[in-house]
Amino acid sequence: MNAPRFPNVTRRNLLLGTGALVVSFSLRNQVFAQEGELNVPAKPPEPVAPGPKLPGSLADTPSLDAWIRIDADSSVTVYTGKAELGQGTKTSLRQIAAEELEVPPASIKLITADTAITPNEGFTAGSQTVQNSGTAIRNAAAQVREILIQQASSKLQVPADQLKAKNGRITGPDGKSIGYGEVVMTDMLHVDAQPKSKLKSPEAYQYIGKPFARVDIPAKVTGGQAYVQDMRLPGMVHARVVRPPSWFATLKDIDTASIKAMPGVVAVIHDGNFLAVAAEKEFQAVQAMRALTNLAEWEEKPRLPNEQDMAAVLQKSESEQGVVAEAGADFAGGTETFSAQFLRPYQMHASIGPSCSVAHLDNGTMTVWTHTQGVYPDRKAIAQMLGMPLDKVRCIHTEGSGCYGHNGADDAAGDAALIARALPGRPVKVQWMRDQEHLWEPYGPAMLTKVSASLDASGKIVNWKYDLWSNTHSARPGSAGALLPGQLMASGYPPDKPVMNITPLGNGDRNAIPLYSIPNMRVLWHFVADMPVRVSSLRGLGAYANVFSIESFMDQLAKEAGTDPVEFRLKHMDDPRARKVITTAAEAFSWSNEPMPEGRGRGFAFAKYKNHAAYLALAMEIDVDKETGKIRIPRIVSAVDCGEAVAPDSIRNQTEGGIIQSLSWTLYEEVNFDNTRITSSDWSTYPILRFSAVPGSLDVHIVDNPGSPYLGVAEAAQGPTSAAIANAIANATGKRIYNLPFSPARVKATLGV
Amino acid sequence: MKLNVNGSTHEVDADPATPLLYVLRNDLELNAAKFGCGLGQCGACTVMVDGKAIFSCLTPILLLEGREIKTVEGLGTIDNPGPMQQAFIEEQAAQCGYCIPGMMMRAQALLQSKPDASDAEIQTTLEPNLCRCGTHMRILKAVRRARELMKTAAATPASGGRKI
Repeated sequence: MNAPRFPNVTRRNLLLGTGALVVSFSLRNQVFAQEGELNVPAKPPEPVAPGPKLPGSLADTPSLDAWIRIDADSSVTVYTGKAELGQGTKTSLRQIAAEELEVPPASIKLITADTAITPNEGFTAGSQTVQNSGTAIRNAAAQVREILIQQASSKLQVPADQLKAKNGRITGPDGKSIGYGEVVMTDMLHVDAQPKSKLKSPEAYQYIGKPFARVDIPAKVTGGQAYVQDMRLPGMVHARVVRPPSWFATLKDIDTASIKAMPGVVAVIHDGNFLAVAAEKEFQAVQAMRALTNLAEWEEKPRLPNEQDMAAVLQKSESEQGVVAEAGADFAGGTETFSAQFLRPYQMHASIGPSCSVAHLDNGTMTVWTHTQGVYPDRKAIAQMLGMPLDKVRCIHTEGSGCYGHNGADDAAGDAALIARALPGRPVKVQWMRDQEHLWEPYGPAMLTKVSASLDASGKIVNWKYDLWSNTHSARPGSAGALLPGQLMASGYPPDKPVMNITPLGNGDRNAIPLYSIPNMRVLWHFVADMPVRVSSLRGLGAYANVFSIESFMDQLAKEAGTDPVEFRLKHMDDPRARKVITTAAEAFSWSNEPMPEGRGRGFAFAKYKNHAAYLALAMEIDVDKETGKIRIPRIVSAVDCGEAVAPDSIRNQTEGGIIQSLSWTLYEEVNFDNTRITSSDWSTYPILRFSAVPGSLDVHIVDNPGSPYLGVAEAAQGPTSAAIANAIANATGKRIYNLPFSPARVKATLGV
Repeated sequence: MKLNVNGSTHEVDADPATPLLYVLRNDLELNAAKFGCGLGQCGACTVMVDGKAIFSCLTPILLLEGREIKTVEGLGTIDNPGPMQQAFIEEQAAQCGYCIPGMMMRAQALLQSKPDASDAEIQTTLEPNLCRCGTHMRILKAVRRARELMKTAAATPASGGRKI
């Protein structure tokens, strides 16, 4: 039937019975820009034929059968290049497809990211799954529905406008009906999408915006096979890697004969600084890994900076300067000028399950099951690393433990492939250990920000200068040099050269431009190319530190202006949706300036993620224990507008999760290191939030906008949460904390206890 | 050696020093207990032994002969979920879901020994278990719901989770 063909299929003009579907776009499957996650400035695709841009990811993969397949038995398969990362993708995309295809969501088979069969949608990142893939699937589904109706029209001899699609069947006014499978024909959906689709109106929705149970949860709570960690293939061996003790370390001569002789060991892989073992049983692999760790001797180099001095280190390391925004020129106005400086340390993804992958070299084809965010880029990197042609490497997304950006997934996939190459015919599962995840995943970069602004006599901001120092937040594959095994192997690929890339999507500069109306503004990125500590994308990229800085400073200015912080924000906000979210959160919280008990404070913050995605505001109440420096949070109230709310419960779940994760980053998290080694190697040396610290209550109010475009939501809470805590601490104690995290020691030091 | 898991006896051919987690996941092909740290710091591997929550990543099987081991698979099935599983489904208490089986087993051990555990006791009991997605509020709600469902289940026998 209409099986999808990838990559670029040849365009064929296809005349259906109605002759309606002649399509005039050529495929434009170029590598496309993802949320500032490419290292090189991405060129916009050049349209080959003139015409309006197709909606969402259809712009890159226009053929309808790339997204939707209908078989003779009427079964529906939907393809997405995006992956389930625990954000509910497998559920929300089914809701969207079901809505326009008029079939029950549960009846849809959904295939996620697989280089052999799904569209190339780059990375599942930047909160864009529903925005890009959802939009593509929605439009494709609507167009497929119309094609089916047209086809049924000629079969039933009933005008199309009298036919209705429902529950997988098309029915006429006389009750005569025909199943989708009966009208579908070979290659019928092998046509390019049109720019406009006949989308259902919000009043007619049956599935979009309705609460649906996540399809993946039942298996996950009953011991079903749900993760790459749960894969067991016939003949599979278990592998472990042995990493160097520190960055820049090199392996001295080693004789691995004693390891090879250990029980169950089937291979020891030694390739430059890359070391790994494979054994029949998992615990045998663990024991061999431990023995090999003890055996290996390394030459280490003390090249890490002084962690106590990161503000100076970042400023000293500036390699380039970029203008993020410039408006107006009057920086002398105003009656009084204020300034502040903020610091964010390196922070980890720190997934609960360390990275894992299964690879199998079979008949010259390397298949890799991976929890990567980008199967296509990962395939490219792995193929380059192994010196194999692209079409001999297949990457299949398989869920892993929580994904919050570019973590160890791609590296583990590379590890598995490199080991599997040495064991043709045998599937290899690599499971990282806890310390390997903590020490070797790419961290969210340390950042320094400096802000100054002037108020006029009426308490309005008249100018604003903002400077940020940061590495790139994008070191993803693409190239073999982005993979740890690629760097460690003897033929070592160097990491890609970091490039400052200023785009509306934002990178280190994400959310560096305040959304507030300020007549004179200048925002600069002082780019730090050198990366002594490995960094890449962590949920929100620069938005976390930038919103923390901007929203902390807004409160400081409000105080100077003698204005309530919520009122001060509204006074500088023109965007009506932002105003609505701010007032919704404030009202739901019962925001006021009533005095509070000793040690208790309230804090507020707002951001529109990336300045073009979801709006989120939150208010919280906190208690500061001056004796211990500990912070307790009795309640948090948030409001979020992400356009049309497709899956309200997933939006709530993502927002609750974003807030709690950001609480953890903000209160506890900092990667520590000495001059040679990272020292945050486990949960005792890198503590995160535990149950005793969860807020007393946490409410999420969704400001729904049925019919309006989807706005990415999964990262919207990271920035505002940190500033709301800082603002609440300042409100409670009169003292503001400028450096993250707000550990008990730092709280006490700030309070002078 | 013989291990009693979820009510059945299994003959296991493994080094007695092997941590229970690896035997559950590989030899018995049970997916629920997860590898998280191997250090007893995160709770992803939590299972029950003789009614108590333990870290299976730290417990060698040589200590477990003749003892009753219970995993999430022993609480019910996807078609017939037990009260703890039902509660997590009803509250949609998962994001990535990786930590959830460990949470469920620690909560199960608490509620089996103390069916009327207070909300505060539930929160304190879960302290050893980490969640990175920030699903904590829902996990707490799910365990509170499980507390109620378990009482109903206890009052109407024979509807509980099927043994594997």
